[in-house]
Amino acid sequence: MKFSLGKWLLPTYVTLAFIFTMIPIAYTFVFSFNKVEKSNIAWKEFTFDNWLNMCDQPVVCEAFGNSLAIAVISTLISTALGTAIAIALGRYKFKGRSATNLLLFLPMATPEVVMGAGLAAQFLNVGISKGFWTIVVAHVMFTLSFVVVTVKARVATLDPRLEEAGRDLYANASSVFWRITFPLLLPGIMAAAMLSFALSFDDFIITQFNSGPETTFPKFVYTAAARGIPPEANVIGSLVFIVAIAIVMIVQVRASLKAKKLRA
Amino acid sequence: MAFVALGQGSAGNSSAPKKASRVAFILLAPGMIYLGLFFLTPLVSLVITSLKTASFTGEIGMYDYGFQVSNYAYALDQYLPQITRSFIYALIATLMALLISYPIAYFIGVKARNKPILQAFLLTLVIAPFFISFLLRTFAWKQIFSNESPATQFLQSIGVLAPDQYVIGSSFAVIAGLTYNFIPFMTLPIYTSLERLDTRLVEAGADLYATPVQTFWKVTFPLSLPGVISGTLLTFIPISGDYVSASRDFLGGSDTAMIGNVVESNFFRIQDYPTASALSVMLMAAIVVLVSVYVRKSGTEELL
Amino acid sequence: MATEFVARGQDLELVGIHKEFPGFTAIENLDLKIPAGEFFALLGPSGCGKTTTLRIVAGLDEASRGKVLIGGKDVTASKPHERPVNTVFQSYALFPHMSVLENVAFGLRQRKVADPLAKATEALQLVELEHLALRKPQQLSGGQQQRVALARALVNRPALLLLDEPLGALDLKLRRQMQVELKAIQMEVGLTFLHVTHDQEEAMDMADTVAVMNKGEIEQMGAPEALYDRPKTAFVARFLGQSNIFVGDVVEENDHSISISCNGQRIAAPKKRSEKHSGKVALGVRPEKATFHADKPDLDSNHNLVGPGEIIDIRFTGVSNQYLIDVPGFGDITVFAQNVGKSPVVELGAHVWVSWKVEHAFGLSDLPLKADNDEA
Repeated sequence: MKFSLGKWLLPTYVTLAFIFTMIPIAYTFVFSFNKVEKSNIAWKEFTFDNWLNMCDQPVVCEAFGNSLAIAVISTLISTALGTAIAIALGRYKFKGRSATNLLLFLPMATPEVVMGAGLAAQFLNVGISKGFWTIVVAHVMFTLSFVVVTVKARVATLDPRLEEAGRDLYANASSVFWRITFPLLLPGIMAAAMLSFALSFDDFIITQFNSGPETTFPKFVYTAAARGIPPEANVIGSLVFIVAIAIVMIVQVRASLKAKKLRA
Repeated sequence: MAFVALGQGSAGNSSAPKKASRVAFILLAPGMIYLGLFFLTPLVSLVITSLKTASFTGEIGMYDYGFQVSNYAYALDQYLPQITRSFIYALIATLMALLISYPIAYFIGVKARNKPILQAFLLTLVIAPFFISFLLRTFAWKQIFSNESPATQFLQSIGVLAPDQYVIGSSFAVIAGLTYNFIPFMTLPIYTSLERLDTRLVEAGADLYATPVQTFWKVTFPLSLPGVISGTLLTFIPISGDYVSASRDFLGGSDTAMIGNVVESNFFRIQDYPTASALSVMLMAAIVVLVSVYVRKSGTEELL
Repeated sequence: MATEFVARGQDLELVGIHKEFPGFTAIENLDLKIPAGEFFALLGPSGCGKTTTLRIVAGLDEASRGKVLIGGKDVTASKPHERPVNTVFQSYALFPHMSVLENVAFGLRQRKVADPLAKATEALQLVELEHLALRKPQQLSGGQQQRVALARALVNRPALLLLDEPLGALDLKLRRQMQVELKAIQMEVGLTFLHVTHDQEEAMDMADTVAVMNKGEIEQMGAPEALYDRPKTAFVARFLGQSNIFVGDVVEENDHSISISCNGQRIAAPKKRSEKHSGKVALGVRPEKATFHADKPDLDSNHNLVGPGEIIDIRFTGVSNQYLIDVPGFGDITVFAQNVGKSPVVELGAHVWVSWKVEHAFGLSDLPLKADNDEA
């Protein structure tokens, strides 16, 4: 009796925990099909209209477009800057390594409201008006450390002898980087870029402090929450979710196929 | 996860050439200058702004440079309940998240170790909430807890809630929302350290006459401690500054405001930048003190 | 088809190479000349500086002082990719993101050689792996990876091929097989090989010339037979095979030999096989050159004789029996007796005399250190 309890306790607990984490996702999805008159709080009636006309509320789609653009631009910048730092940390000895590590660690240990308010105070003090580009600046700032950490883990697994072999085989410094180092780091760089994109796309607090009149998708949802979030926002949220899960599944299936091929 | 990774891997390559430091400098400089300009100096800006005085023209939102330390006294006096509430909520939500996450992480990292497909599937479930805007997720909880929702009505019908009592607006709702939003941040680092756990150590514990419970507390848990520490930090720090869950438009009510909410309202609604900045500086200072004490007490200083 | 890879190997010359790392000196004033087309082995224990020497030749490390000349041309300041040198790395360092064929073609592509894939395929034929050309390196066995690494280096027809413990990761049987193949390929292509290893058997088996390196310096250099027959230092005597070494003051010196007195026993060595002729001198003899006798034999002055001693250990190693004999007041002597089925029947604890011909003894230039004794 006791044995079977111990055996089933953990799986049951884990299942319940996963149900708990899935409930709001399911809710968001279900309420994207709700026929809404005033607010999308209570269920009324099933409809496809929200999906078919998701840009009927132009603000939602405009905010979504802004979020995408900001996420793409800030991801490109922070991935480039962060990869360079990760290579320096993983490959070179230099003075001030611990100060560098501390400066990279701090943004991850600072509440968003502090970073957001700090940058906003700085823009205020130097008289920069906030908008699209101040959001990009802010997003590069808080995603950079996450890129460094992710790429650095990959640099650590890279055998320096592979680069030496490249140099030995007549490759100059830039050939070594582009034909050996970069392709081998690419999975880590891609993972970092995806993380950076997700962090930027979903950021609200830092964005709110540094956006001025500019709207992003999370900012739109936050502002709309007082009146009731339009179901079109649920549509976009669900759509992003489906695309992201599809990407993750493709990546995982490819990885397991590759592993299988190597074992054969 | 991030904390664990940053703590390790500072081992440089011993065969680094002499000119390396110049290359390293070129690689480091752009990013580090960026962080200096847009992370470090803003913290200084925050301190400067927190000491500003009201403009003598009396215009709203205009302040002069000054050294008005009393801004801090004012902020403390005015917002002490919100400040303490922030840390209490953050503490409870972090513990709740640990309670929920540890079994998940243990199951994926240890029990599902030899089942790669199940492991991959469960990991996808763990990170799935990341893929839907956390504002929409929090709003979904508002729907679930709303006064006319089936869940609330059920709780009222079985007498857990009085007929005129509601979930939304309560501390419970806010803490539940905070806990929920940060579960993946807790699960992933714990999973990472448990995944690396050598199961032979557990077998050795069993071999040396420890019961499964003793083995867990004497072997497994201590070895997963780095993950637990990074997980609790990755949860506690953002929660203490969060203001979405506690907002009245989401799960909060009239007496659930946290420090983030008062920073937001001071900054945007009444444009009292000095008070907003003073509150932020105090939050940052408290976090730095708490984190360093915590990290030291838990004996993993190499984390920093 | 192998003729495609026949190239004129070039000679390598190291002049006064000195390498400092923070806190220690890896190489101490090294001079070395390797003639073109030779198979040269640099042999020594880990940390002796042999790998650093190789890396300096490849250009992967910079010497603190000194010059590297290849084919008479000073390449000290050249970058690795500018040197006509290729390396077979210890763990092969095959590029995991490229196929075997692309790995082999890498150097050709970098130098913009025409038709790189055809040449790479030929190189794979040389190492008999053309059927695996499209696999990824991770899908190959250790021995196959080793051969890909060799093909990847050879295809460039370097003036000098560097081998950094290339067989270290293989099991014993495969190792011996690869030694034979490697030697055959070297003879076929006629390149200059610089081979770094800590395996004395491997070095002696493959190399034309062996240099024994210790603590950043070359202690002795020569043909394997010569090194084995006449080691000049205690380190070489013990690192290259085993040796019995006796230390004592020279008590007699004539035209042909010197004799020392070692704890009351008198031991002689030919003068021309001795480095030092006076003072405190170490003489040695290889264990297989010594024999033991149950009774004190009657021997002429061309033999050294010590005893009586007690057999305190017997080890059976297949081809021979190894006996450890303790001579009271003198020390231990190791004797190898070939296992031909007619060795004297002796048991542990038996009392015996040990003898060897004076002409087999050698005199060392230095005295064994305590640490060397422990090692042996």
